[in-house]
Amino acid sequence: MVTKRVKFTFPQELIKEPVIYKLGVDFGIVTNIRRADIRDDMGWVVLELEGESDVVDEGLEWVISTGVRVDPIAGDIIEG
Amino acid sequence: MPHVKCLQCRECKSEYPVEPLNVCEFCFGPLEVSYDYHSVAKSVSRKSIESGPNTMWRYHDFLPVEKDSAVDISTGFTPLIHAKNLGRQLGLDHLYIKNDSVNPTFSFKDRPVSVTTTKALEFEFEVLACVSTGNLMGSVAAHGAKAGMETIVFYPADLEQGKIQGAAVYGPTMVAVEGTYDQANRFCSELADAHRWAFVNINMRPYYAEGSKTLGYEVAEQLGWKAPDHCVVPGASGELHTKIWKGLEEFEGAGLIDKAKTKMHLAQAEGCAPIVEAFESGNNQVKPVRPKTIAKSLAIGNPAAGPYSLEVLRDTGGTGIFAYENSIIDGIRLLAETEGIFTETAGGVVISSLKRLVKQGKIKKDEVTVAFVTGNGLKTLETMGDFVAPIETKPDLDTFQTKLSSRKD
Repeated sequence: MVTKRVKFTFPQELIKEPVIYKLGVDFGIVTNIRRADIRDDMGWVVLELEGESDVVDEGLEWVISTGVRVDPIAGDIIEG
Repeated sequence: MPHVKCLQCRECKSEYPVEPLNVCEFCFGPLEVSYDYHSVAKSVSRKSIESGPNTMWRYHDFLPVEKDSAVDISTGFTPLIHAKNLGRQLGLDHLYIKNDSVNPTFSFKDRPVSVTTTKALEFEFEVLACVSTGNLMGSVAAHGAKAGMETIVFYPADLEQGKIQGAAVYGPTMVAVEGTYDQANRFCSELADAHRWAFVNINMRPYYAEGSKTLGYEVAEQLGWKAPDHCVVPGASGELHTKIWKGLEEFEGAGLIDKAKTKMHLAQAEGCAPIVEAFESGNNQVKPVRPKTIAKSLAIGNPAAGPYSLEVLRDTGGTGIFAYENSIIDGIRLLAETEGIFTETAGGVVISSLKRLVKQGKIKKDEVTVAFVTGNGLKTLETMGDFVAPIETKPDLDTFQTKLSSRKD
């Protein structure tokens, strides 16, 4: 089992999609939301994911494929 | 470290002990160093600072490390130049350039890295690490060498050779990470959890960020112990902008300067301006972007300190402004041709943005303005293009005089 801390950023057209719900139901990943801000035009959610390592990776790949941006919670860490 | 109280979450204000931590366990917000300012104010004076070394370590009382332990390669106390020629062109009587490109590894990154390396030794880390596309890697490699630490530098595999050599010369282990920028970003974030390394901008980030405050202190001291009316600061993660302001506020709190009424402007490149876009649209959230700019040292699409930088902009009456991509090189050349300072693309962004701020009436002729130049132009020579048009002459005086006259015409 692994835990990963990530930030999802939702573009406007995906705000109403139950992405986090599907991570639980379709992948069996335990999701734990710590902070979020959802507006009309965008939204972000900071959360922890827990599950088998390959399943969490697969789940994150699926999230990315929907158009949701996935980042480490610390934002971009590659600096100039 | 007599003045440090704890680490504190910037979001929920939870407190943590002084350890290599960067994220709040409760809300996953970023942690920041919190000080006992009453104690700081009692121990510092203008005189005590002036009698300190001519480096950033003269401000030791405001930094989160033990006394006498600094890993210092002579960083800081860089020149604040009254830019009369550039000021004349822009219509500013009191324009100053804070030239931080003359630091030991030729960028302001030596400030945060000096603090981080010092703190890493205090925490008894044996390995210093970072992930970078340029300035940071050179600085980490240099400080690791000075500290006698094992140093590991990660960088995207497609990075330019010059930047790789600029860090490799100090002898670190160099690791080229394949894949996309996002993959490299996530990989390095996970690495920091998997190893007990001092990752300067991950698990050491609260201490790392503090080093940039010294730019604010220096400017205030060099202006005769007063805050300027305007600061124009380049924006990548947004942290430099927030920390220069924090430095001015701390000086004010310690009674070293009068109330700081500085307007803290933030300059980003058109091709990567997520903080400026949020500022202009009135949002308090920063929408991540895909960077597409020649200003690589500012190419952070998802800036960690973006929301806090927005707060500083609004609290101080500053303006978030971007430089058009096609004006960045013009900005570099303008600074070089007027003041003899050759800066990298981030400096070009600052000068072009400064020009726009003046044009928009945001900065007045008689106001004291400081533009921050944070990196050396030799680092981004490849972006300058083929702009040199020499006079080509035979080694003959007449030919030369003829060609010179025709050039002048």
